[in-house]
Amino acid sequence: MELKKLFLKADNELESAPNKLLGRKITCKKCENKISVSKIRKNYFICPQCGHYFTVRARRRILMLTDKRSFIEMDADLESKNIISFPGYEEKLAAAREKSRENEGVICGTATIWGRKICIFSMDANFMMGSMGAVVGEKITRLFEYATDNKLPVLGITVSGGARMQEGMISLMQMSKVSAAVKRHSNSGGLYIVLLTNPTTGGVDASFAMQADITLAEPGARVGFAGPRIVEKTTNQPLPKGFQRAESVLECGFIDDIVPREVQMDYLGKLLELHGEK
Amino acid sequence: MDAYEIVKAAREEGRLTAIDYINEIIEDFVEFHGDRLHGDDKAVIAGIGRLGNTAVTVIGVEKGKNTKERITHNFGSAKPEGYRKALRLMKQAEKFKRPVICFVDTAGAYCDLLSEENGQGRAIADNLFEMSDLKTPILSIVIGEGGSGGALALCHSDRIWMMEDAYFSVVSPESCANILWKTTDKAPEAAAALSLTAKDLYKLGIIDRICPKGDQKGLKKEMEKELEILMNTELNELIEGRYRKFRTIGY
Repeated sequence: MELKKLFLKADNELESAPNKLLGRKITCKKCENKISVSKIRKNYFICPQCGHYFTVRARRRILMLTDKRSFIEMDADLESKNIISFPGYEEKLAAAREKSRENEGVICGTATIWGRKICIFSMDANFMMGSMGAVVGEKITRLFEYATDNKLPVLGITVSGGARMQEGMISLMQMSKVSAAVKRHSNSGGLYIVLLTNPTTGGVDASFAMQADITLAEPGARVGFAGPRIVEKTTNQPLPKGFQRAESVLECGFIDDIVPREVQMDYLGKLLELHGEK
Repeated sequence: MDAYEIVKAAREEGRLTAIDYINEIIEDFVEFHGDRLHGDDKAVIAGIGRLGNTAVTVIGVEKGKNTKERITHNFGSAKPEGYRKALRLMKQAEKFKRPVICFVDTAGAYCDLLSEENGQGRAIADNLFEMSDLKTPILSIVIGEGGSGGALALCHSDRIWMMEDAYFSVVSPESCANILWKTTDKAPEAAAALSLTAKDLYKLGIIDRICPKGDQKGLKKEMEKELEILMNTELNELIEGRYRKFRTIGY
């Protein structure tokens, strides 16, 4: 499956390397230079040689974008069940939990940016490719409901292959569930900012990734509904260069701005300030 | 019929399509065109008409009956402008306090280059977002194929019904089998695993009614009854009920 290639093995190493291994070098997929883990980490997980963006895990994202020690996690203990008895799903879940050392594919909570309180959700590429099942849908829905009740803005960081096949229609319906909660938050005057990261596709693209007041993306992030191979097959001609990359999706009119990693926190701080959130 | 036989039946040529349901159930149907932004998508037919004594807005995904028609209707795969036409007419229904009826029959949203560039994801997202508090009743009936997000975009409704020989799935059984077992030969196993039949989905609480096939008169009666209930529901209660319907799925 092509999406799998988008979730780099090296990134897991990068994130989970114990401190004593920080001097170890890993190979950048793009420029193939060997670069030390500590150098990449210090450089916002961007390759200092070629500018390639390594995948950033969900928790690391929150650390990179919010004030130090401000994050308070919510609903951390929610775990998926095999509701439709899909063959092999329990094993997949167990493997995902072990690989990611997370209970599920999204981390939610509150934090501050420049001292302003926000609700934040951050999806994790290493948990079944950030796919959305009932728990991912439930956690994000609860977060939007909490944000509505407490008049807080929401910052979402998306990375996802789409709905989680192993939960059948229950996963598809999470698109509706989250959308309704986003709508209520919006109706109450709440600000929702989304940061699309590589890749944001399928059912997530066709729901809460595309419902924000302000839609931002990381440079080069793949953003789209259908997989590129399917699009190529349907269109019956080669895809243009940069297809579904954030830059071209911006040209099509679906993204407000592309924000490089090193300035993301300040960019968000400024947006919150302009909206007068306390 | 097992799950995959149902999938195959739902795809069969010669089966009743949205136009048949509209012709048999809706009187005085007037078709409207265009999304007012980009174009007119013939995979989605939409307009107004009458169900019994009630003026209604009708939206249908149409596949066409023969090869020529199928090409005209793009085999029932809607483009962003199709979903936007549907949303435009749903907003109009809200204005004129008309209930909305959707006949859903699609293998999935169209996924060519232009649809991507024109924001297929955004179009579906918009429908879910706006339908979640559309201030008029919505009744959706999956009459054949319920292909993933492309079908869901017309199913964020107060009631979701399915024909007994229709399916509604997050992924096609063939793609699912291909991803999991690297072969489409195992599509029947995938179909069984995905819980995609009307019976399965009724048990899961995702759909509200299983409609017997070949009984349009009976269906029409049931639709009239249901609309009366929905139209007599206080608006706040209706919207809250719709919120709870989806809120409680899966957890």
